[in-house]
Amino acid sequence: MTLTGFLAAIGRPVLAALAGVGRVSLFAGSVLSHLVRPPFYAREFGHALMQIGWFSIPVVGLTALFTGGALALQIYSGGARFNAESVVPSIVAIGMARELGPVLGGLMVAARVASSIAAEIGTMKVTEQIDALVTLSTNPIKYLAVPRVLAATLAVPVLVAVGDSIGIMGGWLVGITRLDFNSAAYLKTTVDFLETWDVLSGMVKGAAFGFIVALMGCYFGMTSGRGAQGVGAATKSAVVAASVIILAANYVLTEVFFTS
Amino acid sequence: MIELRSVQKTFGSNRVLRGIDLTLPKGQSMVVIGGSGTGKSVLLKCILGLVRPDAGTITLDGQDVAKAERDAFLARFGMLFQGGALFDSLKVWENVAFRLMRGASALPKDQARAIALEKLRRVGLTPAVADQFPAELSGGMQKRVGLARAIAAEPEIIFFDEPTTGLDPIMSGVINDLIREIVVEMGATAMTITHDMSSVRAIADRVAMLHAGVIQWTGPVTEMDTASDPYLQQFIHGRAEGPIASVR
Repeated sequence: MTLTGFLAAIGRPVLAALAGVGRVSLFAGSVLSHLVRPPFYAREFGHALMQIGWFSIPVVGLTALFTGGALALQIYSGGARFNAESVVPSIVAIGMARELGPVLGGLMVAARVASSIAAEIGTMKVTEQIDALVTLSTNPIKYLAVPRVLAATLAVPVLVAVGDSIGIMGGWLVGITRLDFNSAAYLKTTVDFLETWDVLSGMVKGAAFGFIVALMGCYFGMTSGRGAQGVGAATKSAVVAASVIILAANYVLTEVFFTS
Repeated sequence: MIELRSVQKTFGSNRVLRGIDLTLPKGQSMVVIGGSGTGKSVLLKCILGLVRPDAGTITLDGQDVAKAERDAFLARFGMLFQGGALFDSLKVWENVAFRLMRGASALPKDQARAIALEKLRRVGLTPAVADQFPAELSGGMQKRVGLARAIAAEPEIIFFDEPTTGLDPIMSGVINDLIREIVVEMGATAMTITHDMSSVRAIADRVAMLHAGVIQWTGPVTEMDTASDPYLQQFIHGRAEGPIASVR
């Protein structure tokens, strides 16, 4: 392979990736600009809030419950190496609120919601429903994307707070049933060590992750290819992109919130 | 009047429209015929602005559609899509009243519903259908709901994209008759794309045949059978032999 051929082989995917980032950025800009301009579709927003928020509570709750329990066991087992078993309540609470609650909640919502949004909007695209919206003088970004993005940005922080509570409860259940902690002492330690910013930072992360999830679902749905294969590919891309961006954004936000 | 001059559209290496010149006079019903994949739907979508042409001009009553104010422009159109394109998440009456309940002149819900029920009745559907969801209806009923939605706001211009595709001959006849009646009754300008010759004879005042990216033939429907164009004759008689390759 010649040097030019080698450089071209590297350049093509880099250019394609940059073009993709540009397209997503333009789409995000369009969604944000429509967010502040009427008309506002209250019914679609309410429906999206139920679908994204309310119906995600079971999956986020179960994930948090088992994660909180496993975290308690791990911290107890690791802490026992240097006689620090008593840190279980505080580390479970801080770990859930700052990191595991928002990240696992965000990833579970990405799996459930980004896929559902991409499949729904992708199907609408291949069945010409999006063209029909345009001919009925309705902007598809305003009607389809804005309510979903707004609902996810508002609902996921609440889901994170619910997940934090259930995760801490999972740690408490394991603590009192398997690790011989006193119930009142466990709860008092949790409350004493947990700061407001621990919870708020997780909820801010949740808002960012909710925005990312809905944005990816809408973007890949609206750019879906033809037929069942096109919708399938759009759904897969939405989940993969949302998950990777959530993890990257989590690192950036953690740097911003906790290293200064 | 809608006028297209030298309209071109290419997708990748596929030159779908290679210079379309076509005039649709006000109040006339034009049917565009042509084989599958010849760009009939692309042509309609170019006029509506759903697809941007690479070259050429499209005017509506002398005004360039690319420069027209979108909402006001689209308010003059109604469209029946090939698959109906009904919104799955909305009830039938909400689909029909979709445009009526939005925009600057949005009607109250009760009034919009009353108009939707009237339009459903006009296309032969009972009020019982109004509160069903599109997925609960047969293909023919979905087409009729799509037709009711297309005419709900009483547009000046109505487009029909393959209105009888996938329907049995009797239901095709019902849809063709409805389209003809409604277009005459409303005095609307209509453009229909189809390769169903029974639709052509039932709906058309004028016919245009699209082939190889250009208008191969155009004229009144009454002259279609006697025209000498070999492409047109092969198409309307469904012959495998002729200037149009049967394997494309």
